Amino acid sequence: MTRWVMIADLRRCVGCQTCTAACKHTNATPPEVQWRRVLDMEVGEYPQVQRAFVPVGCMHCADPPCMHVCPSTATRQRADGIVTIDYDLCIGCAYCAVACPYQARYKTDEPSFAYGAPMPSEQQQYDPRRIGVATKCTFCSDRIDAGLEGGLKPGVDPEATPACVNSCIAKALHFGDVEDPASNVSQLLAENQFFRMHEELGTEPGFYYLWDRAR
Amino acid sequence: MSYGPKPWLQRHWDVRAATNFTLGGTGAGLLVATALATVAAPGWKPALAVGLALIAAGLGAVWLEIGRKLRAVHVFFNPWTSWMTRESFAALVVFALGALALALGHPSIAQADGIAALFFVYCQGRILHASKGIPAWRTAGITPLIMATGLAEGSGLYMLLTAGGGETRAPLLLFVLAIVARAFAWRGYRANLGKGAPLRALEPSAKWLLNVGTLAPLVVLLLGYFVAPQFAPAAVMLAAAAALVTGWHFKFTLVTRAAFNQGFALPRLPVRGGR
Repeated sequence: MTRWVMIADLRRCVGCQTCTAACKHTNATPPEVQWRRVLDMEVGEYPQVQRAFVPVGCMHCADPPCMHVCPSTATRQRADGIVTIDYDLCIGCAYCAVACPYQARYKTDEPSFAYGAPMPSEQQQYDPRRIGVATKCTFCSDRIDAGLEGGLKPGVDPEATPACVNSCIAKALHFGDVEDPASNVSQLLAENQFFRMHEELGTEPGFYYLWDRAR
Repeated sequence: MSYGPKPWLQRHWDVRAATNFTLGGTGAGLLVATALATVAAPGWKPALAVGLALIAAGLGAVWLEIGRKLRAVHVFFNPWTSWMTRESFAALVVFALGALALALGHPSIAQADGIAALFFVYCQGRILHASKGIPAWRTAGITPLIMATGLAEGSGLYMLLTAGGGETRAPLLLFVLAIVARAFAWRGYRANLGKGAPLRALEPSAKWLLNVGTLAPLVVLLLGYFVAPQFAPAAVMLAAAAALVTGWHFKFTLVTRAAFNQGFALPRLPVRGGR
């Protein structure tokens, strides 16, 4: 079995937001919708203060609450762990959005563009099916699927890898199959200490954060 | 839009969703009270009709909120895991039995409708409980609280509707039990509230719920029945109105003002310079 996961190395992320821009460019998300965000977090109290940049988005949970609550079965989970939304089934009730502990889901009720009227790139990528329904990060599943069909390896070959990972200037983001012990992500997890966001909720996110090397 | 790690108020469900919990819960409670009333006396049809209308109005408000209104029928597609789907099926049963009861005038059908309404309001509680993104909703104590609130409001409304006559003993008993249960349910809910729940939004509303919606009605009822019986009908109406209004206020607060997410948290900070 395959389970695609993403890793963010918090020691490496510099908060440049290139992943955010790459995601917006690739997926043509409207203003105020960021499937891949980078939080600028300040933790602690003076003088013990530390700043961390934390990429967030859909965690593609193994036990996704968004899927369980969805009344229309629009939200589903593929065999490889990617959580998907069928825009043609979704009714836009936003139940998934309040069920997601990671605030990864968006609903846009009206078409909106960066400068009012759509730019040519926005016009080209505009998808009316996304209006009034839930949207979120897809792990660039179309790139993964096309890459696999072409014999490429997601996480290794850029053509088969999510756009945010490809764009990362600091090599903070990684993508791969966590079920494969030889994969890049499995090795990173073996060599480093990691956590997942809000693990206490039992959603088993498919997004890992590295914070120190293994001891 | 710049979202930070701290919790912020969700904006996906607004007053329209809250209306489903208030009107739907009250309508379901009213149907339960009506079902109890049918055991003793006729004349229950208007209350049953109002209960159905309230549930319909609540669902109509939610329908106004969804992004793809013409696909609303898709709400029935996931009875396996979605409490929203189950609530919709429960509503179908409530409406079908209610229509039959009104058409045939048979009390046993109205009683069956009361059971379906009870399941409807149970689904409402489970809808909130399944919302893992909202600490004030996902706690286990939310379901009994929502059910007790709905029953208190509904039985209170029944007494307001039948102020001019009709059977009130069973609904009055339900009302008293429900407002007491609601107070205990709040205590249980409050005790189980996890970290991140917005007590600043909830507690003022809960104070109204406990003082004006529970204690005051009990005192007024005691005075009305045991001290000044000539004022008993007025006492019942006053108590019912207080329980109804405070219940609605609490649920509006719960859905619209207490619905903070939990933000983001780092259990570990990056150890830089080691690699």
